[in-house]
Amino acid sequence: MKVMRQLSIFALVSSVSIAALAQKTAVQSIEEYRALLADGNPAELFEAKGEALWKQKRGPKNASLEKCDLGKGPGVVKGAFVELPRYFADTNRVQDLESRLVSCMETLQGINATEIINAAFGKGEKANVTALATWIATESKGMRFNLPQSHEKEKVFYEVGKRLFFQRAGAHDFACATCHSKDNIRIRLQDLPNLTKNPGDGIGFAAWPAYRVSNGQMWSMQHRLNDCYRQQRFPFPGYISDATVALGSYLGVNAKGAASIAPAIKR
Amino acid sequence: MADPMRIRAAVAGDKATVRVLMSHEMETGQRKDSAGKVIPAWHITEVTATHNGKPVFAAEWGGSVSKNPFLQFVVKGAKAGDKFSVTWKDNKGESRTDEATAT
Repeated sequence: MKVMRQLSIFALVSSVSIAALAQKTAVQSIEEYRALLADGNPAELFEAKGEALWKQKRGPKNASLEKCDLGKGPGVVKGAFVELPRYFADTNRVQDLESRLVSCMETLQGINATEIINAAFGKGEKANVTALATWIATESKGMRFNLPQSHEKEKVFYEVGKRLFFQRAGAHDFACATCHSKDNIRIRLQDLPNLTKNPGDGIGFAAWPAYRVSNGQMWSMQHRLNDCYRQQRFPFPGYISDATVALGSYLGVNAKGAASIAPAIKR
Repeated sequence: MADPMRIRAAVAGDKATVRVLMSHEMETGQRKDSAGKVIPAWHITEVTATHNGKPVFAAEWGGSVSKNPFLQFVVKGAKAGDKFSVTWKDNKGESRTDEATAT
């Protein structure tokens, strides 16, 4: 009897460890796949396009974006990405990278902001914003997120973002938190990062903008958030709206200390 | 005009590994748009590369190659400072040539 019990415990233990092993292997092979792809990450094409767009004189005012202040002074690009979203005195708003770029394109170059906001992702000037964001993010590659939280509005945006993150609604009664508030869970083979804290280097907020191999598109954080809401069967949030910037503030502040790997490559 | 390629050529010993990223839609001609109409094929048909002006690589491509393709090949007898030039042509008659110096 005793032998039997020991045997069954052994069988149980070994079946659990085999399952754990198989799971590990699947995740590892995805990592290997990503490492293979990373060598020829087409995000580099968007990076090059973004850098050229930053320096090129464009728009009705025929100006470049080199005087654009991304939070560290006019024209300073390096390190700007890991401190966004933040408060900007000239617009009296908390802005993320894309929202700030649209402001700069409007004030410096005279490009119509409403047209950018209403365009489809990957089309016209909105595609240019994504390319610019890709290049600017790349300039901060390896640096650690450290969003400022000293201004009153920055604190408000963080709190609003937190509430949006936990707000359950829509046809499926879903919230961001439904999938992203626990450790070590997955949808099929995709790891779901816990975004209520720092999920680690290059995970979650620190992994975008990224190139998606499956559809050949370069995705910015705004595009990523838009798709999160699509997956939750919510109405689409407005591009660079305060709600999306607030969510970005919440994710960005939580990611404090995480190293950015942008531009990343995704399945 | 087509966006530029990204070309890197890294020398190790007497060989250079050339890595090329091309910016292209690579539409297969088999997909349909939201209105149900076939999206016309638009893809690279020919890729050639030269090493200091001498042809070293030629390929015929079709619609099965991915969007924004990545190409890698090794050239023997290369040294730092050598010039690599890559050209693609597509089925609309458009083409693009870019150059890189081996390091």
